[in-house]
Amino acid sequence: MQALTSRARQVDRKPMTFIEKIYLWNILKGMVITFKHIWKRKETVRYPEQKRPFSPVFRGLHILNRDAEGRENCTACGLCAVACPAEAITMEAAERKPGEEHLYREEKYAARYEINMLRCIFCGFCEEACPKDAIYLTETFAPANYKREGFIYGKQDLLIPAPGEKKKA
Amino acid sequence: MNIDWFFILEKIVLISGVLVISLVVAMYSTWGERKVASIIQDRIGPNRAGFMGLLQPLADGGKLFFKEEIIPGSSNRFLFILGPSLAMIVACMTSAVIPWGDTLTIAGHSISLQIADINIGILYIFGVVSLGVYGIMLGGWASNNKYSLLASVRAASQIISYELAMGLSLIALLMMTGTLSIKEIVEQQRHGGWNVLYQPLGFVIFLVCSFAECNRTPFDLSEAESELNGGYHLEYSSMKLGFYLFAEYINMFISSALMSSLYFGGYSFPFMDSLGLAPNLVTILGTVALFIKIICFLFFFMWVRWTIPRFRYDQLMRLGWNYMIPLALANMLVTGAIVLYRSTH
Repeated sequence: MQALTSRARQVDRKPMTFIEKIYLWNILKGMVITFKHIWKRKETVRYPEQKRPFSPVFRGLHILNRDAEGRENCTACGLCAVACPAEAITMEAAERKPGEEHLYREEKYAARYEINMLRCIFCGFCEEACPKDAIYLTETFAPANYKREGFIYGKQDLLIPAPGEKKKA
Repeated sequence: MNIDWFFILEKIVLISGVLVISLVVAMYSTWGERKVASIIQDRIGPNRAGFMGLLQPLADGGKLFFKEEIIPGSSNRFLFILGPSLAMIVACMTSAVIPWGDTLTIAGHSISLQIADINIGILYIFGVVSLGVYGIMLGGWASNNKYSLLASVRAASQIISYELAMGLSLIALLMMTGTLSIKEIVEQQRHGGWNVLYQPLGFVIFLVCSFAECNRTPFDLSEAESELNGGYHLEYSSMKLGFYLFAEYINMFISSALMSSLYFGGYSFPFMDSLGLAPNLVTILGTVALFIKIICFLFFFMWVRWTIPRFRYDQLMRLGWNYMIPLALANMLVTGAIVLYRSTH
């Protein structure tokens, strides 16, 4: 019969030989194999001290971007929410008042912008959909939390710090 | 009445010493087990609690002590508590007849590093080890849980089956040495060669059976921790569970000590009488040698555990009754014939 892959191998159904029957020899062979593993390289990544490098296209936690003058890019157009297959993004738009030009780049901005990280599948469609370069996926991932509410990230969690402003931890 | 206070003090110190050492060794066997498992599986193992995770057993023990203790409502309370206590007591009792070293001479008193050199040492160990089944049986029975009971039945039948082959393999050794005292067996090996050279088959049978007696992989059917969520100690929690697990490690330690003493020369080491050192120093070195042998055996136990999978129950029984016992009988017969031939010629 034609084998489906090059790795297919016929199962050996011959009756066991005497050596195989007494079992001890095969145990010994197995133990030699495990003993060799003592000197093999350890695969463990000691996590908090040592981090596994991510691929350059890794899609992690989102950020909301600002422009060069520190104004929010997001105009609450809702395209990211439409693109989102997991329906993780909700937002509420508001109109920019006179005197807020240094805060928001355009006349409309997101008063509320929430991503539910438990719903999010980190597909990056929001990033692709965004016409304003406002949302990006970074190389970090959401830390553990004791409550479900803790996974709903608001604007204060997502927005990158403005120039001259320290982001609170 | 003339009471030899020094003798009593000596024995109390010895007993507490041996008890503490076997508890510490059992404690660190859990650490060793995890380390051996991890290095065999290309991992690091516990490394957070203290240097190389050496405080891990303390953390585990502390956790077990402070865990909630549950005694199932439908269980037999007295037997439920008796089970783990019996397992622990029996495990500790066997250490009494093992010679941990030769004699030390302190201020004119010669102290034998053996708690009780009784002339039926091996018989005593067999008797006490057989009692160990009761700890398991009582635990499974008193839990009033069908799965615990099934597991304890599995464990008990396994232990009883393998005890037979174990005893038969030992008879060959006893015929050769002509004594039941472990101390004397060790002394004979000190002057002759190690018994494993004369009794290789007997040693292999004894080794396999002691794996079965300690409920270790590949014979850990009573627990089968990778498939079932517990064996006879399914209903146990807190330190009572800890006692069962601990008793297993003490059993492992004791059977390692026993195998070292019976087949690998115990506290004797090559050239120990021709080094020309002070007798006390030689005794201490001998004890160190014994512990090195024990640690090698403990490593062997763990190494086997992380290498081979478990037997099916019918395979276990077939191995025990159809292979081990006939082999042990044959070994006994051949040894007997040789001993007889030697004594008549």
